[in-house]
Amino acid sequence: MTIPAGSLLTAQDLRKAYGPTTALDGAEFSIHPGEVVAVMGPSGSGKSTLLHCLAGIVMPDSGSITYNGREVTAMSDAERSALRRSEFGFVFQFGQLVPELTCVENVALPLRLSGSSRKEAERTALAWMERLEVDELRKKRPGEVSGGQGQRVAVARALVTNPRVVFADEPTGALDSFNGERVMELLTDAARSANTAVVLVTHEARVAAYSDREIVVRDGRSRDMERVV
Amino acid sequence: MSIGHTLLGLLESGPRHGYDLKRAFDEKFGHDRPLHYGQVYSTMSRLLKHGLVEVDGIEAGGGPERKRYAITEAGITDVGRWLATPEKPEPYLQSTLYTKVVLALLTHRDAGDILDTQRSEHLRSMRILTDRKRKGDLADQLICDHALFHLEADLRWLELTAARLDKLREAVTR
Repeated sequence: MTIPAGSLLTAQDLRKAYGPTTALDGAEFSIHPGEVVAVMGPSGSGKSTLLHCLAGIVMPDSGSITYNGREVTAMSDAERSALRRSEFGFVFQFGQLVPELTCVENVALPLRLSGSSRKEAERTALAWMERLEVDELRKKRPGEVSGGQGQRVAVARALVTNPRVVFADEPTGALDSFNGERVMELLTDAARSANTAVVLVTHEARVAAYSDREIVVRDGRSRDMERVV
Repeated sequence: MSIGHTLLGLLESGPRHGYDLKRAFDEKFGHDRPLHYGQVYSTMSRLLKHGLVEVDGIEAGGGPERKRYAITEAGITDVGRWLATPEKPEPYLQSTLYTKVVLALLTHRDAGDILDTQRSEHLRSMRILTDRKRKGDLADQLICDHALFHLEADLRWLELTAARLDKLREAVTR
């Protein structure tokens, strides 16, 4: 694959197997700053494994991942952890908020882990919660809010550190279509205005319609539809 | 959409000129396809002939005469009947896409390519509708949602067909 100029995150010829099962079989990927790319494909096609490799959570067996000019596959565990904390944000389908903390404490958590004071972290967190229209939930705990509200809190937490890439794995999978679309609208609006790239794994076309383009993963191989059509 | 019934329905709130009818139609229903004046006047002539509307008055001005139309009792009954009749669901059996997929398999072309390209085209349309929905009012949102759900149904068919291509190949080339 020729790497498109100006790419922020790229992957080439990624291969990954779990025992006898091949998850990735030569997958390719690239994303620009501020771009929203949907990763689509049937269940078990390898799309979540691709996301985990791109985010430095899982190491591929072979292939190359480059983030902002740095080779991710050559980094140590500690370096990849630091990269995830400082440059990436994450939104998953379930159970990502800490139940013992209030919503504002949850959103502020990544800043606290990076050394910000409580006051400073919660002030920034509240600004993001306002943007995601959940600031009135600041004193509630995750168990006291609806699924859609909880997911907006999770999006605020993913964006609070001003990451350059947000990885969202089926972020609306547990929501009804009205709430799911509202989450997508708020997530993509906020990301685009902050020039944050979003890697969006989804099997739902209505969710993928919030992206700028899509790649399709099938049998561990990816296909960039923009370069096909 | 039945333009005749829609114009009749718009007349239920009171008599209107042809121009007012066109304006009301375009505002409420003609987002993508505004009515031509010719359509309005030919439709009103037909409704007049069938006794579903009557001329309520004629204004003479500097230009052509302007007829004001009013709905009749027969017209009100006709609108009520139309509203109460369910629309026939379109099953789209033997769609062009199905034909293309089968032909690709029969001629040993890559049917997966056809499905991938079509998915991308559908998503392109869905992106345009999603963007319009985000920027539009509630009426726009509902119109776009209707189109989006139909496109989504097509996409589900595409995914299911992609997952069954091997079996379909066996069946059609047997």
